[in-house]
Amino acid sequence: MFTGILGRKVGMTQIYSESGESIPVTVLEAGPCPVLGIRTVEKDGYSAVQLGYQDKKRPAGNRKRSRSSQASRSERGQVTNRLGSKRQEKRAGQVAPTPKAECEPQKFIREFRGDAPDEIEIGTLVDVSGFHPTLADLPTLLKELAEKNKIDPEDVGWQAQLKKKKPLDYRDCLSSIMSVDVTGTSKGRGYAGVMKRHNFAGQRASHGVKKVHRHAGGTGMSAAPSRLFKGKRMAGQYGNATITTRNLKVAVVDQENNLLLVRGAVPGPNGGYVVIRETNKFN
Amino acid sequence: MSQQLMNLVESSYRKSEVPFFEVGDTVDVHTRILEGEKERIQIFSGTVIARSGSGTREMFTVRRIVAGEGVERKFPLHSPRIENVDVKRSSVVRRAKLYFLRDRIGKAVRLKERRRV
Repeated sequence: MFTGILGRKVGMTQIYSESGESIPVTVLEAGPCPVLGIRTVEKDGYSAVQLGYQDKKRPAGNRKRSRSSQASRSERGQVTNRLGSKRQEKRAGQVAPTPKAECEPQKFIREFRGDAPDEIEIGTLVDVSGFHPTLADLPTLLKELAEKNKIDPEDVGWQAQLKKKKPLDYRDCLSSIMSVDVTGTSKGRGYAGVMKRHNFAGQRASHGVKKVHRHAGGTGMSAAPSRLFKGKRMAGQYGNATITTRNLKVAVVDQENNLLLVRGAVPGPNGGYVVIRETNKFN
Repeated sequence: MSQQLMNLVESSYRKSEVPFFEVGDTVDVHTRILEGEKERIQIFSGTVIARSGSGTREMFTVRRIVAGEGVERKFPLHSPRIENVDVKRSSVVRRAKLYFLRDRIGKAVRLKERRRV
């Protein structure tokens, strides 16, 4: 089954748990995401669900001056059958038109691998209701899970790991997502030196060092091998890359405002688009 | 839009009524602490020498002298563990951060009292 949602990073703040601990959280605005397409093994060779996030502007009157921030004809055609094309007219009556989401064109579109559950069709809105907060009520939740599955509460989660027992898989007992992987585009730092990019130490400030205080130093050996090994860490483009932060605990789910608060930091600037998936890392 | 959402999130974790105190005040900070199973209230009294941060992240620093040694504790203002902040005495101060108190010992630590009208 596919498990994920698209969203936007709002910013970081801190919240307090009931016991008074302060929790560093990233606020993510997630969904509601219309399902734009469903890929199936029979038709496409793989199964996936395509989601969209945020409505894209339609071009203003003058088409010639339309911008990339405005939905093109093909983008509008992706979400509706009402656009009208010669091909469609020609095939009218012979072939049933492909179902479309019939929503506004979307700004951010991604596919999530996995089968679509029965309740999801093209046009369904996916929201944060599939997520479950872990931090505030994890102990009670674990207890409930253990009771439901008739196991010793101490055999749940990380405690079982300590005892080298097979932990209870949350997914067997709970259909909601408690831990997520968040993928975003990291902040671009341009062409950065080795100190910033790879945390090199640089060279000394004095003792005869001349104009090479932030340099990498030697990069290779001598006549043997008389070449540089691949993957040598050097200066270069840093940031503006796709980065995934794995296994972030869901702290709060606010269905009313489409907010998801996750514990910890998420790549990218505030306002950057993120892909939120159920984690594939189980500790 | 982002700022509105942040405010929305933060407002639900902010105390509706924050005890009023100022830099330079001598206060009793009532904190709830867990001792084993039992919860009790611990009081830390001293002078507020700084307030920092804003929103849910606001913190304040309380300084006192214990056995000749300066002790400072920094409390999150909106933490549910902070039960109450009791103002015992206010003083005349002319700056926002009273870090100069750290360099003073004995009588010099005293601040001039300010009478509230």
